This record gives sequence, structure tokens and C-alpha cells, in this order.
Amino acid sequence: MKPNLTVNIGRLRLKNPVMVASGAFGYAQEFKGLLDLKKLGAIVTKTVTLKPRKGNPSPRTCETPSGLLNSIGLENPGVEAFLKEKLPFLKKLAVPIIMSIASEARTEEFLILARRLDKIREVAALELNISCPNMQGHKLISQDPKATYDLVKAVRKTTGKTIITKLSPNVTDIAKIALAAEKAGSDALSLVNTLTGMSIDVKTKRPRIATVTAGLSGPAIRPVAVRMVWEAYTKVKIPIIGMGGIMNAQDALEFFIAGATAVSLGTANFIEPRSSLQVIAGIKDYLAEHKIRDIGQLKGSLKR
Amino acid sequence: MRLNKTFQFITRIIENRKIKATYWRALLAAPQIASNALPGQFVQIWFGNNQEVFLRRPFSIHRVRGERLEILYQVLGSGTEAFSKKKPGGSLDIIGPLGSGFKLPAATRKIKPVIVAGGMGVAPLVFLAKKLAGIPKRVLIGAKTSGQILCEKEFKELDCDVKIATDDGSRGFKGYVSDLLKKELSDIGYQSVQIYACGPEPLLKKVAAISSKHNIPAQISLEEHMACGIGACLGCAINTHAGFQRVCKEGPVFDAKEIVW
Ligand SMILES: Cc1cc2nc3c(=O)[nH]c(=O)nc-3n(C[C@H](O)[C@H](O)[C@H](O)COP(=O)(O)OP(=O)(O)OC[C@H]3O[C@@H](n4cnc5c(N)ncnc54)[C@H](O)[C@@H]3O)c2cc1C
Ligand SMILES: Cc1cc2nc3c(=O)[nH]c(=O)nc-3n(C[C@H](O)[C@H](O)[C@H](O)COP(=O)(O)O)c2cc1C
Ligand code: FES
Repeated sequence: MKPNLTVNIGRLRLKNPVMVASGAFGYAQEFKGLLDLKKLGAIVTKTVTLKPRKGNPSPRTCETPSGLLNSIGLENPGVEAFLKEKLPFLKKLAVPIIMSIASEARTEEFLILARRLDKIREVAALELNISCPNMQGHKLISQDPKATYDLVKAVRKTTGKTIITKLSPNVTDIAKIALAAEKAGSDALSLVNTLTGMSIDVKTKRPRIATVTAGLSGPAIRPVAVRMVWEAYTKVKIPIIGMGGIMNAQDALEFFIAGATAVSLGTANFIEPRSSLQVIAGIKDYLAEHKIRDIGQLKGSLKR
Repeated sequence: MRLNKTFQFITRIIENRKIKATYWRALLAAPQIASNALPGQFVQIWFGNNQEVFLRRPFSIHRVRGERLEILYQVLGSGTEAFSKKKPGGSLDIIGPLGSGFKLPAATRKIKPVIVAGGMGVAPLVFLAKKLAGIPKRVLIGAKTSGQILCEKEFKELDCDVKIATDDGSRGFKGYVSDLLKKELSDIGYQSVQIYACGPEPLLKKVAAISSKHNIPAQISLEEHMACGIGACLGCAINTHAGFQRVCKEGPVFDAKEIVW
């Protein structure tokens, strides 16, 4: 029996539910030759802004137990350079390209970006990154249900493309924010972005990351991410893309059982570039072994 | 920029032993890397599921011998500690060759290479010296004390004119290798000199100042903390006059005058 792995995210149909997360896969060309990119369910690009962004000073990364702290600061070449220099490689892959976008000036830039990208056929969907913890001096839109609603609503009016809203785990009630995004017309949710963290070198008493605080990813945050997917799943109807510390199929399955429709791998790509393909294979094996015909049947199958 | 292909594979450990103090040498079976690596390039090694050592660790390509790759490393923290525990016959997951190496001079150009190595910085420079075969080279090795001088023999075997500097004066020139560099340059003159350097950041900064003062080209190999090593995470950014650049991709070797210190 060959289990069905296809899933729908808004108007997007994915051949399998495993994608690679924003910022953890560059613009895919960096991974060329290290894995068969065509096998991925979808590719989410590094977040792109309207203007080029220089990013944060170094050190930008540091390792913590089972985790990674990063403060890249959304370094990117800006949307026009992305379209000219990065998209041509991506579109040759024939894998749905989900473009992650963010704004330095709240709503206005999101709208300009959404309008600009609405006409680009190769961009299969937009992921609204309203949850990057490394833009200094910005309160996160996704920390406030009203701000989340207003932003998603405004973008919804400007584009016919599938909208995925990426939320921050740095909140007290994720379900509230998830509901706000759903109500405003988001087609799906990405859960979660990095958890704000900090690490100190006790010898020098200096922070290990130049911006002091940074975003934590990797297995260290997985239990928090699984919990948040589950909490959101019990409240919203739109599909959830689960992520946070997925290293293998077992980890990914937790997210499906908690309520995810698809999963995304971030930090794992840095350690084992083929992790995502191993997850696809592992999910197939699990479904076959448990005689589950369709990955959809696994979604939210938590027993209590 | 980079011309050669990157491989990921399981390498067999042929040898892994302590050479002196906290320094170790590992010999790995790596025909894919050995056949196309350039001096200054590096590899990313994974030490297996280990919650203390989560990411891969970067190591320079120290030498290439036939189908074998040699790594010279210093045990500093849990990653290199885990490396030192690996036994011959065992295996490691490796990605490489990575990054952009040293630019080698055109055969027709007459240059006087001066290689400056501080501490662990000798690692990529032995491979470089090998690739500069046939050109008379001067090598300046700096260490804290005589017991920590690395690769003197290897450089001599490659017909390099080796000079030593130790901080405590226990061998050779007493003082920093950057001061030895100044002295050497005033002896041999500045004409046609090409500096290649690797070592701690303060040393490279001084080398950059010397290179700029006397208008001598210098290629320096820098380090930055790395998450991916393949140019994807943008975690290893270094400030240059052309904006942030990735140490793992545009580097680790940079033209000294590009760097904003
Ligand atoms: C391009 C490149 C080539 C390198 N080549 C060699 C080599 O040939 N031989 C060798 O011994 N070492 C080399 N290093 C440094 C080596 O990667 C680090 O010493 C190693 O990652 C430390 O890991 P650890 O777990 O033992 O120590 P940790 O506990 O992680 O750290 C110990 C100390 O090393 C520092 N450190 C950790 N990771 C890095 C890093 N990626 N770059 C610089 N400093 C770091 C930490 O800040 C800390 O002070 C290279 C680094 C780079 C970036
Ligand atoms: C180095 C790095 C850079 C990231 N950059 C972005 C980004 O630009 N936009 C974004 O939405 N998320 C970004 N993320 C967050 C990831 O997409 C993901 O949500 C998070 O890392 C949790 O998944 P993981 O534990 O599998 O890495 C980044 C993560 C890392 C580690
Ligand atoms: S280490 Fe990831 S881009 Fe250099």
C-alpha cells in the first residue's frame, strides 16, 4: 500500500507535507548537490523585505544545549534583487516556492510587497513573517491579536495568493493570535518562529550574541512548539504548518498528531542537509506500518 | 568564487592522535575532498547525536595526502573533545570542501610569499605552502611558548625558510609573530611580497595594518562562529567594505584590505 502524502495549504497542493523553513535553507541554491531539492514538499525562502537589509553585527549565532541561538536580523538583498538573482534558480526546481516577507515599516511595506508579488506566477504563496525576534526596536505584530488581525486583513485585500501567517511562540495565548489570523482571512498558519533566548559567556560576562537576545531554535524548543500547534489546532480550522526542532520523522509525527497539516524543518538542515528527505521517507514507513492510507488521517489524532 | 563541488559522505578515521599539548592530528579517508580541495578551504564535521555538541564543527584542510585528508586540531571544548575520543576504524559524517581558499599566484608572476601562522593558524597554511611549491617561501610561526610550536618540520620539508616567534622568548624571536613580520619585511624589502596569514583575530588585524602601511597584498583566513558552513544561515557574517560577507562562502580567506576591523 502506498500512503497518500499530498496535502492542501490554501490553494496550494503539496506532493508531500514536508517543507524547509524560512531562513534555514537560504534560497535553496546553497544546498544544491547536497540533496535532491525536487523531492521537497515546498521551499520557504529566507525572509525578504522591500529594501535590502544589512542584518545584525556578529557574533550572530551560538550553540546551546540541543539548540541554536541566532540573530541574523533579516539580512536579505531586498525584493527586486531576490526576483532577479534568486528566483530564477528556485523556479527551475518545480517545487512550490513560498515566499517569506517582512516589513520594516509595519503594514505599508507588507502591502507594497504583496502587491508586487501578486503578479509573480512562480511565487506559490506568501508567508507573512510577523514574528521575527531579531528586528531591533520592533514590537512583534504577532504578539498582539488586533495588530495581527489588521495586518492579515490588509494583506488579504491586496492579494489572491495563498497567505500563510507565521506566528511567534513568545506569547501567553497562541490560540488567540491564531484565531485573529484566521478571522482576518489567513489561509494557513506557520507555528512557530524562534523563542527569544539569551546566553552569556561567564568568563567575559559578555552576551554570546552581539544583539544580546536572540531566537532559539532546534530540539530545545520542540516541546513548546508541539504544545502550541496543539493549542492552536483545537481552536482554528485552517491548516497549520508545524515546526520547531524537527530532526527526524519521529519528531515530525508528533506535530501531525498534535494537529499539523504539514511540517517544516529549519535548524536540522544545517546539521544534516538531507533531514527533510529522511523525514519524508520515515513518514511513509510509519503510515504503511500503521496502515494509515492518508497523512490527513493522522492530523490531530492525539488520543486522550 | 568557488569552483569545486561540495560533497557529504561518511569518512573512515585512519588515524587520530595527540601530537603535543592539546593538539591532535586526524587522518581521514576522503578521496572526494582530497582530489579537488584548494588550500584555505575547510570541512564541516558532525560528531553524532550529542546534546552538548549539536552543530557541526569547522576545520581547515591541513594536508592532502593521496586520497587522505589530514586535520590538525586543538581540543578546546566539547566538540573537539568528542573529536579526540574518536577511534581509528570509526567513521565521521563530513561535508566539504567548503569556502573560498587562498588565491594562488599566476605561474608567470614572481612573488615572494611570506606565510604568517599564529597558533592553530598553521592548519591551512601547510597545504598552501605545498601548493606554492617551487617558489622560495618564508614562514613565520608564532606560539605562546616553544612547546606549542606547530608544523615546523612540515614547513621545512616543503623547503620553506622557517622563523619562530614565541611570546615568552623560549625559542626564536621573543614577542609577537606580527613584530617578527615587521622585522623580516624590513630585511627582505617590500617589493613583490605577498603575505598569507591565519591565526587569532588580533594577529590578523596587525597583519592587515602592516599590509596597508607598506602597501603589500595580504590574504588572511578568518574565523567566525558557523551554524551551517554552506552559506545558508548568514550566521558567519563579517563586516567588509562591500557590506557583510559570509566567512563560510566568500571567505574564510579575504583580502586584508576588504575587512572593516
Ligand atoms: C573556517 C574555520 C576553520 C577552522 N579550522 C580549524 C582547524 O583547522 N583546527 C582547529 O583546531 N580549529 C579550527 N577552527 C576552530 C574550530 O572550529 C573551533 O575550535 C571548534 O569549533 C570549537 O568547538 P568545541 O566544541 O571544541 O568548542 P566550544 O565549546 O564550542 O568552544 C570553545 C571555544 O572555541 C570558540 N569557538 C567555537 N566555535 C567556533 C568557531 N566555529 N570558530 C571559532 N571559534 C569557535 C568558542 O567561542 C570558545 O571560545 C576553525 C574554524 C573555522 C571557522
Ligand atoms: C539561522 C536562522 C535564521 C532564520 N531566519 C528566519 C527568517 O528569516 N524568517 C522566518 O520567518 N524565520 C526564520 N527562522 C526561524 C525558522 O524558520 C523556524 O521557524 C525556527 O527556526 C524553528 O524551527 P527549527 O527548530 O526547525 O529551526 C530562522 C531560524 C534560524 C535558525
Ligand atoms: S555558517 Fe551559515 S552562512 Fe556561513
